[in-house]
Amino acid sequence: MERNVKNYLKLFISTFLVSAFTFGGGYVIAPMMKKKFVEELRCIDEEEMLNIIAIAQSSPGAIAVNTSILVGWQLMGILGALVSILGTVLPPLIILSVISLFYSAVRNNTVVNALLKGMMAGVCAVIFDVLISMGSKIVVEKKLLPILLMLFAFLAHYIYRVNVIYIILICGTIGALVSIYESKPERDKPGR
Amino acid sequence: MIYLQLFWSFFQIGLFSFGGGLAALPLIQNQVVDIHGWLTLSEFADLISISEMTPGPIAINSATFVGTQIAGLRGALIATFGSILPACLIVSLLAWLYVRYKEVTVIKGVLAGLRPTVMALILSAGLSILALSFLGQDRFTGNLMSLDFIAVIIFIAGLILLRKLKIQPIMILLGSGIIGGACYILIQHFAS
Repeated sequence: MERNVKNYLKLFISTFLVSAFTFGGGYVIAPMMKKKFVEELRCIDEEEMLNIIAIAQSSPGAIAVNTSILVGWQLMGILGALVSILGTVLPPLIILSVISLFYSAVRNNTVVNALLKGMMAGVCAVIFDVLISMGSKIVVEKKLLPILLMLFAFLAHYIYRVNVIYIILICGTIGALVSIYESKPERDKPGR
Repeated sequence: MIYLQLFWSFFQIGLFSFGGGLAALPLIQNQVVDIHGWLTLSEFADLISISEMTPGPIAINSATFVGTQIAGLRGALIATFGSILPACLIVSLLAWLYVRYKEVTVIKGVLAGLRPTVMALILSAGLSILALSFLGQDRFTGNLMSLDFIAVIIFIAGLILLRKLKIQPIMILLGSGIIGGACYILIQHFAS
């Protein structure tokens, strides 16, 4: 893509629109970005986009932000990345700061209170729906390590209230060590 | 000082949330509710409900919401900046590694170790919100006399609708807010 004001503006508007109209977080935004930049604008090819999504999902942080950094970078370098970050972050930033201001004003209103109380039970259903999907995938694999990690992480956090960051560091390190250990014998075998 | 705290808290949330979607939930709860007390658990539950109904990643939504509540618009901007900064740095590094090695076994291992971990941490965070919704406290202990039957029914009905009929989460939230809210207001009306 040629680096001129018109194209930067186009990138900004594209990421802004995708971000503003995508409900449901990270897993939904990746296909939306693919639709916009591969099928509609045709400025990134399919394989590149799949690589971008793979990297975005492997990195920490919101998948939407990660994807837009990589798309912007791919199309128009660092400035492109900054423009697409801005486009992605602005819609939630604007919407939530407005809601936040109203929230303080109406939090103690009886109707709003009842509404939020009802929604709390609903959001629990949404969280547990996601958990059942995630958990059944892990249990179906019938591997010992993921199940042990799951038990360890749950006990450490729920019962012993260990800081989340330490749990993530420990389990990530275990995963890395196991993958290094498992990949070694294969390399040593001749003819593979 | 408060700006620095906001920045650092959301920087850690951005740095350690792997896997997208709800992965940031336990980290946000840890920083915002447990460590700093910027929101009560009940306000945090409201924030999650609002996040699920508005576009944008939970981490950005939370950064904006908490930032605005604690330190106004400037707080929102600083917290949001903190939450996306780690991604900006790490995504570029990973993109560079990916181009060179294509298959990064260690990163795959880290992610394989973190998937069950993150699931367990979301479960732990979800249970505390569920306890708040059912019992009005953050743990499942003590007397079940204070059990909120409306919340229990909404939770079960919501979960069934999500799993069996694949209804959109946003519809579940709207429905539970309206139906649950109406029930709570009616009960209050008849009790007084």
